Amino acid sequence: MTPVHPQPSAGFSVQFEKIEKRFGMRLALRGVTLEIGPGEFVALVGANGSGKTTLLRIAALLMRPSGGKIKISGEGADILPAIRARCGMVSHATLLYDELTAQENLRFFARLYDLKQVEEVCAAALERAGLANRARDLVRTFSRGMRQRLSLARAMMTEPRLLLLDEPATGLDPEGQAWLGREAARLHKEGCTILMSTHGRNEVQSAVTRAVRLEAGLVAADSRDGTEMREILARSGPEA
Amino acid sequence: MAAKSKSNLASSVFWSLLTFACLALACYAALFVAPEEKTMGVIQRIFYFHVPSFWTAFLAIFTTTYGSVAYIATKKMKWDWIAVSAAELAAAFLTIGLVTGPIWAKPVWGVWWAWDARTTSTFVLWAMYVSYLLLRTLVDEPERRALLSAVVAIFSCIDVPLVYFSIWMYRTQHPQPVIGDGGYLDPRMGKVLLECWGALVALFLLLLRERYRLEKMRSEVDGLRMEVERRGL
Amino acid sequence: MSLARATGLILAKELRIELRSRALLSTTFVFVLLVLVLFSFTFDPTATEARRFGPGLLWLALLFAGSLMLQPTFVREQANDTLSALRMAPIEPFAVLLGKLAANAVYLFLVELILLPIFAGLYNLSILPVLGRLLLVMFLGTVGLATTGTVFSAVTAQARLRELLLPVLLLPILAPVLIGSSEATVGLFSDQPYLDTTWVVFLTAFDVVFLTAAWLFGEYLFEE
Repeated sequence: MTPVHPQPSAGFSVQFEKIEKRFGMRLALRGVTLEIGPGEFVALVGANGSGKTTLLRIAALLMRPSGGKIKISGEGADILPAIRARCGMVSHATLLYDELTAQENLRFFARLYDLKQVEEVCAAALERAGLANRARDLVRTFSRGMRQRLSLARAMMTEPRLLLLDEPATGLDPEGQAWLGREAARLHKEGCTILMSTHGRNEVQSAVTRAVRLEAGLVAADSRDGTEMREILARSGPEA
Repeated sequence: MAAKSKSNLASSVFWSLLTFACLALACYAALFVAPEEKTMGVIQRIFYFHVPSFWTAFLAIFTTTYGSVAYIATKKMKWDWIAVSAAELAAAFLTIGLVTGPIWAKPVWGVWWAWDARTTSTFVLWAMYVSYLLLRTLVDEPERRALLSAVVAIFSCIDVPLVYFSIWMYRTQHPQPVIGDGGYLDPRMGKVLLECWGALVALFLLLLRERYRLEKMRSEVDGLRMEVERRGL
Repeated sequence: MSLARATGLILAKELRIELRSRALLSTTFVFVLLVLVLFSFTFDPTATEARRFGPGLLWLALLFAGSLMLQPTFVREQANDTLSALRMAPIEPFAVLLGKLAANAVYLFLVELILLPIFAGLYNLSILPVLGRLLLVMFLGTVGLATTGTVFSAVTAQARLRELLLPVLLLPILAPVLIGSSEATVGLFSDQPYLDTTWVVFLTAFDVVFLTAAWLFGEYLFEE
């Protein structure tokens, strides 16, 4: 299949500098400083409310931090639309239109991202997600697992250089999780930078290269600083 | 902290006394200094507060719009505090205008409400700013609330000339017996009118300042609560 | 990607979703019809009265229907957080607002087109001689309604009590549209039908002013 973009380039690097985020009275992030290099596959662990989702949404440029700075840089990341074009996200919500078919959803986003050869790209994405036979069915009729797969296919269709995954394994059966792990590993091998928040040990963590733990809005542990990655991941359950 | 609040209290008291002095003088002027109107009698004296309350309301609307634009440009909360304080005052002064109108109209012209261009337009304005205040009560997060109400305030302000023009144009095409002040204004009346407006502007500034301080204090309390939470006390 | 193309894509998506179920269109249509019929119970229209009051009632019914029908515009994007997907795409933020605004204008105009013959029948008005000019007035009024309504629905989607709040916020702002459109329509149904150019210019000005305001300030509505 012809690639969407002329040459696969290196993943983006993300720099969080003293990021703060306030929601009214609540301080979700209290000064997170984190540097993610190109091509890293980072697992972000932490209890509910530790700020993982907030940090990911800031990385996706959906949320503006109340304090601090975020910088996304890399090849081809000079202007904002260029960054957006190569950034993908999968979250708890499916980011899909229930009232459109799987094919229509992919086509819409492919066109919105100005991809060439829209039909080819969409067909390939559906094939990879194992949903080719359900292409003309409304997403409303899909199971949770199928929606997650379609959601990831949508994010990967644009060949992102930065992929943000917010607890992507939620609602996936072990087979689905294995598929997700394989796809994430494939993208990682192609050089994409991946930041994934995760909850408890699961199949998806096999290709992870670094682990960071957030506690109450601050970085509590980073495997880059020597803490054993295994140890950080082991304590990544909901009660951590 | 104690010294600052003492001087704040002192300045509050000073400005309040000054404002009330102005208001007292204005009332005296309206009741005794202004000459009696030929046809309408004593009730006409309400005009000296009825008309300036609209002018003051416009001043308040201008302030709200300015604060809203400034908030969007700078994202500093103090502009949101100014915007909401001025919006409340706009609603208040418009209410005064809308209530004094019928009080004046009934004894003089026999009707409570005239549906003339000016009062109808004012009523629409009143509805706009009351709905702005309602919106604010229905959004909990401060930054979100500030941004949403700023956009609504700007849209409301832009609409003001359109409202006035359309209602005036409608009344021009469907004329009604003219109710309200005629063209000529005795210079002594004019002088009292301006004095009363001055007093109302002083009142506006005083209330704006106090309301702003209240909003600022609320935000400081929230900040302190957050600090307590952060330190885990 | 140009604003026009992005807007077109979003407009197409909106239309595709709505035309599939037609739920919004049919409900709005029935609502306006109901209001028109109920109004007729409150006064006994003679021919001249019908021509004098009818257009105003039609526009009033449209405003009420609009402020109810415009509500789901952004609430719909909250269910699966598709709004975030739109915001992440490499398009101008205004394209989202413009696309939805255009879609709402299309829905409202469709409802009006179906309603016009029924309205003419109910109130005994002849629309054929003035059809072109009538459609112009309806178009201008509808654009005004769709513009302010879409922006305010983005506001109320983030507030509580949104079903009640949208009409409360929207109706005062739309007072000029109500007056302008009704007066222009009354002119078209009078004994010597004429198109009141003052109102046409006024309605155009309303539309231009609020479209510009939406362009300038609209993107702030989506900030997190």
